[in-house]
Amino acid sequence: MPSNQHPHPSEVTPESVYLNRRSFIKRASAAGIGGALVAGGVFARGRNAPHIEGTPDEDPTPWETVTGYNNFYEFGTGKSDPKKYAQDFKTDPWSIEVTGEVAEERTYSFDELVDGFTVEERIYRMRCVEGWSMVVPWNGFPLKDLIEKLGPTEDANYVEFTTLMDRRQMPGQNSPILPWPYVEALRMDEAMHPLTLMVTGVYGKTLPPQNGAPIRLIVPWKYGFKGAKSIVKIRFTKRQPRTTWNEAIPREYGFYANVNPEVDHPRWSQATERRLGEFFRRDTLMFNGYEEVAPLYEGMDLARNY
Amino acid sequence: MALTPPTAPRAKKRDWVPGAKILVWLVSLAPVAILADRIFLFGQFTGGDFVDDPVELIQHWTGTAGLIFLCCSLAITPIRRLTHFNPIIRFRRLLGLFAFFYASLHVFSYFVFDQRMQLGPIAEDVIERNWILVGFLAWILLIPLAVTSTTGWIRRMGGKQWNRLHKLVYPSVALIVLHFLWQTKVLEPEPLIYAGIVTVLFGVRWWVRK
Repeated sequence: MPSNQHPHPSEVTPESVYLNRRSFIKRASAAGIGGALVAGGVFARGRNAPHIEGTPDEDPTPWETVTGYNNFYEFGTGKSDPKKYAQDFKTDPWSIEVTGEVAEERTYSFDELVDGFTVEERIYRMRCVEGWSMVVPWNGFPLKDLIEKLGPTEDANYVEFTTLMDRRQMPGQNSPILPWPYVEALRMDEAMHPLTLMVTGVYGKTLPPQNGAPIRLIVPWKYGFKGAKSIVKIRFTKRQPRTTWNEAIPREYGFYANVNPEVDHPRWSQATERRLGEFFRRDTLMFNGYEEVAPLYEGMDLARNY
Repeated sequence: MALTPPTAPRAKKRDWVPGAKILVWLVSLAPVAILADRIFLFGQFTGGDFVDDPVELIQHWTGTAGLIFLCCSLAITPIRRLTHFNPIIRFRRLLGLFAFFYASLHVFSYFVFDQRMQLGPIAEDVIERNWILVGFLAWILLIPLAVTSTTGWIRRMGGKQWNRLHKLVYPSVALIVLHFLWQTKVLEPEPLIYAGIVTVLFGVRWWVRK
């Protein structure tokens, strides 16, 4: 059994439930376009599952889409490239270097890092800065728990995540489209928020490589690119770290990258989004619908701190 | 005296162009059929991967098809000049009209799916976003060309005037390429390939004219 077979089987929704949903969604979308274009109503249907923290009243996006439509430029810029080119990606053994403003700087194996955490299922909206969205049943544990285990010093104001740099396994890193390796970071209070998740699985299965195996970050109220994938380094810092998209195109991608329908991308509106599989766009929600994070940004000008 | 049979009038060579045009029609409409199959019949006839984002597929295919047809129609004149194969000119209008057909599907899919036909947001988007403005202008420029594509209009306008009007295709295709280049997050190969093709088509014209 691979060491990162992490999610506890009893904690996840049976796959059959999702598969049934999927065929329903497919049929509904086909009917929707032909008929009275009822898409909005059909897809916004409530779930019967008990409410879990952060769970939207929306159907999860089918497994095929969650694992087949990905932005992971290390494996190519096309949406189907990651699935195509990441299949032989090696995630075992895997180690994560913990460094910077932390009690003990050291390298952990994947197993050591995740040891002691209970994996839970969190169904989160995922809103891409490009204007599309999904609903994804992730499996993971709060980043907060990991940070408490690692023990950052008092000077740690930010936490930075670095993706693996491996030109052989990640062919996309051979083109200079972004300054590799991919780096993302959070302010400490954002990182400690209970919604922020370290993810090791999806749909009750081990995280597939195209989704950022073996371990990635998910910050549901931020645009998807904040969620660093295939993390090999966690660094606690005093000052705000550089982050990849912000460094590449600072005018278009900020450090905060909070989902905000009122702050447009310079080249497109962020007021609406297309839920993958639907025909008509829906309104984008402030903080992607996770209004509980608003206090983190009190008094900040979100148009300037985009 | 043997009766000399009257020499049979030479059989009139059958015009092959109308038949070929039917073929062009079928090929030109194939993208619509494949799209419909992939999205509504889950690729039962034409295969292909599960479609995650049907609207994105529709917009990408219709936009690309429009550009390809425009490139084909622009390739006709240089091919004719270089090969002296004259009948080819009779396909130019058809190809141009298919370019307009796909460009219009592309624009309307944006109006309907992205903007739900709300004129306010459409106007705002077109004015505020350069790449949408550029694409919209490219389509607007094609409208008079499509309208005046009939034989009646050519007669009414006179060949010279008509030709001058139809030079609008050049700025239109240039704007389309710009629209394509501008919409990606990072520079991607696909729009660059079309930029290259259009540059060659423009270059050939300039070179042939010299």
